[in-house]
Amino acid sequence: MNKAVSKSWRFLTAIILIFSGIALERIGTIEYLSDPFELKYTFSLVLQHIWMVAASMAIATTLGLLIGIIFTRPGFKRFSGLMMYIVGLGQTIPSLAVIALSMSVLGVGYQTAIFALFVYSILPIARNTLAGINSVPKWIIDAARGMGMSNFRILFDVELPNAMKVILTGFRIALVINIGTAALAFLIGAGGLGEHIFPGIDLMRPDKLLAGAIPTTLLALLADYMVKICSLFLIPKGIRLKEEEK
Amino acid sequence: MDVWQFLADNKKRCLALTWEHIWIVSLALFIAILIGVPIGIVITRNKKVAQSVINTANVLITIPSIALFGILLPILSLIGHGLGKVPAITALVLYSQLPIIRNTYTAIQNVPSELVEAGRGLGMSRWRRLKEVEIPLAIPVIIAGLRTAAVMNIGIAAIAAYIGAGGLGVFIQEGISRVHQEMIVAGAILVSLLAILVDGTMALLERLITPKGVKIGRKQNQ
Repeated sequence: MNKAVSKSWRFLTAIILIFSGIALERIGTIEYLSDPFELKYTFSLVLQHIWMVAASMAIATTLGLLIGIIFTRPGFKRFSGLMMYIVGLGQTIPSLAVIALSMSVLGVGYQTAIFALFVYSILPIARNTLAGINSVPKWIIDAARGMGMSNFRILFDVELPNAMKVILTGFRIALVINIGTAALAFLIGAGGLGEHIFPGIDLMRPDKLLAGAIPTTLLALLADYMVKICSLFLIPKGIRLKEEEK
Repeated sequence: MDVWQFLADNKKRCLALTWEHIWIVSLALFIAILIGVPIGIVITRNKKVAQSVINTANVLITIPSIALFGILLPILSLIGHGLGKVPAITALVLYSQLPIIRNTYTAIQNVPSELVEAGRGLGMSRWRRLKEVEIPLAIPVIIAGLRTAAVMNIGIAAIAAYIGAGGLGVFIQEGISRVHQEMIVAGAILVSLLAILVDGTMALLERLITPKGVKIGRKQNQ
């Protein structure tokens, strides 16, 4: 039964891939991309997109981890509930609203887009860091203290590795949302793959539109996959074994 | 910048667009429930199938929203609905599948097996066990999934203004292209308020709909 299921699944995926290939040829995306100028242009857009995502994610990860760590220290722990609430509220705000609001404050351009993406991706990272560190069992920390570890070492050797799985989930969510939102950055004049998608919709040219939509999708799927692979390196072996036992 | 003035001047349009937004999101959510909850219940029978279904839904939700609208455009053009409300609602239904299916599946999986056994001991049929034991116990978690889906859908429906689906995204779209500050801010604030309001309402609903017996059981466990 199980073998049949996985086999039919693979068959279905293959059929979908073949049909989408035929559709791409029919719609004209392949022809559109065979034009050397357009191909170069698309590549430059992909690079712009990646650069935008990377810059905003770098800032967001640093600050998000910092917020998560600071608000789980004993001195600030009483604010961690409040912080969770604020971050949760921020996450309900739609991405287009964040982009539009930051445009109305900062004007159009590349920096505005990076700022908006940064604001939007810091929320899941901070939230998951807080939740991850808060969920480390008290007895593990007590054991570490009993071994004579300093607070600093408890944080880096015990709390962060134990929370790593939850933190990485937050990072993955932030990254995928970031790549999707970066496509909207075209609207505030920051380029990226949205530069194919939106004019494609306005001109009713599916070939141009798909030349933007498909790389964006692939980028998001690839990022999702890469983070999953990275989690194999970043989560310590002992914790992974514990998870598997459950 | 006088957002209040703008809102007061365009009261009628604001209400109409808000209503349109709510209408799109709730219709999509309704269809998504009709599809997602039965799938979530059926896949509890086979773990392998469940894994594949959830993985597929995971891939769907990873696709960026504007890209999904783009991919749906040529496909739905075949039946003459490339732009407008149809692709918007289709995309929202596809996006809602992951939270709804995943939450239904985990909720039904996590119903304690002794309760299901007790139901069997009472002579309940499989259908009645599902209806009277498993679903009532799973409902709070299913509602939590609906809450995630609803908030996400409100955000994506705003982007759908660009494919002509209407809703509050129209304010943002028009505001950006006309560089009309008040309009942008009004649209962004209305959309955000709608999302926060729906989030709060669903949280309340989640609390109200939990069966009394489950709440008492939780209190005793603490």
